[in-house]
Amino acid sequence: MRNLTSLLFAAGLAFFLLVIAARFDLGAAPMLVGDAILQEAPAETGAANIVTSVVLGYRGIDTLGEIAILFTASLAAGLVLGRRRPEASRDADSGAVLQISAQLLFPLLLVVGFYIILHGHLTPGGGFQGGVILAAAFFVPLLARPGTSVNHTGLSLVEGLAGAGFILIGLLALFQGKAFLQPLLDKGTLGMLVSAGTLPLLYLAVGLKVGAELAGLLANLADSEVDP
Amino acid sequence: MIWLLGLLIGMMLAAAIAVLVLENHIAAVAATSIVSLALSVVFVLLRAPDVAMTEAAVGAGLSSLILALSLRRLGLWQIEGDKHPEIAKEGVDA
Repeated sequence: MRNLTSLLFAAGLAFFLLVIAARFDLGAAPMLVGDAILQEAPAETGAANIVTSVVLGYRGIDTLGEIAILFTASLAAGLVLGRRRPEASRDADSGAVLQISAQLLFPLLLVVGFYIILHGHLTPGGGFQGGVILAAAFFVPLLARPGTSVNHTGLSLVEGLAGAGFILIGLLALFQGKAFLQPLLDKGTLGMLVSAGTLPLLYLAVGLKVGAELAGLLANLADSEVDP
Repeated sequence: MIWLLGLLIGMMLAAAIAVLVLENHIAAVAATSIVSLALSVVFVLLRAPDVAMTEAAVGAGLSSLILALSLRRLGLWQIEGDKHPEIAKEGVDA
């Protein structure tokens, strides 16, 4: 019975994949909204990276939802992990190779992370990708020295302020009689670092929030006691 | 292009099967990371560099890191060539 169900499922999946392969050309989807956005976006939002103009401009509230989902997920993970006992044993410091590479990598990852966040409206990338790289930057030294204490209060502060900043920028547009999260400020010249109005600020908030959240989660996870 | 895509998808499938087959948990986590890395190259080929970056950072980096740390938390971090595999196994059963 179970095999029959699996067979039916596999056959159905194969059927749908074949239908998709037969009906649509790869990489040439019928774009209706996409064409309109490609035409309008650079003039309307001032962002050279059209993906960013969609993520923060046209669909800003979706991004707010994504941040909320990430927050809930990391909150749940933190709850499940629990607290470690003070007497629980820790891993020893790692070898010289990892320690020195961690010191070398930390500033490099920091620069790359902030570069990707701040250039989110110009080049591929943005708050989420850069935030993950920032989290990695703060996790690498922890991997080299597992005993290092992590300032969780500071991380929560950064995370809370960045999240509040995102919503405040959205509310500011609402107070000016525009839609929630509608881009404000001068659009500037297309392709310059200071352009696209509030979009870089929104991405900076997203990046700091994602980075602080994930760094805290990774630190918690690495710091949790190992089951005997 | 289509051949390169086929090669990458074959690599992804092979890595995904390796996740199921491999006995070593850490090797399985590394295989999930290979699936994500190949997928990010597929995204680059399909001209979606934003998605490719997210897939590489989140799929290949972060999620495998979280999986590996969870393995450590559960005491399942077995290193191949362990001197006493039966002791390690008992630890897992308990």
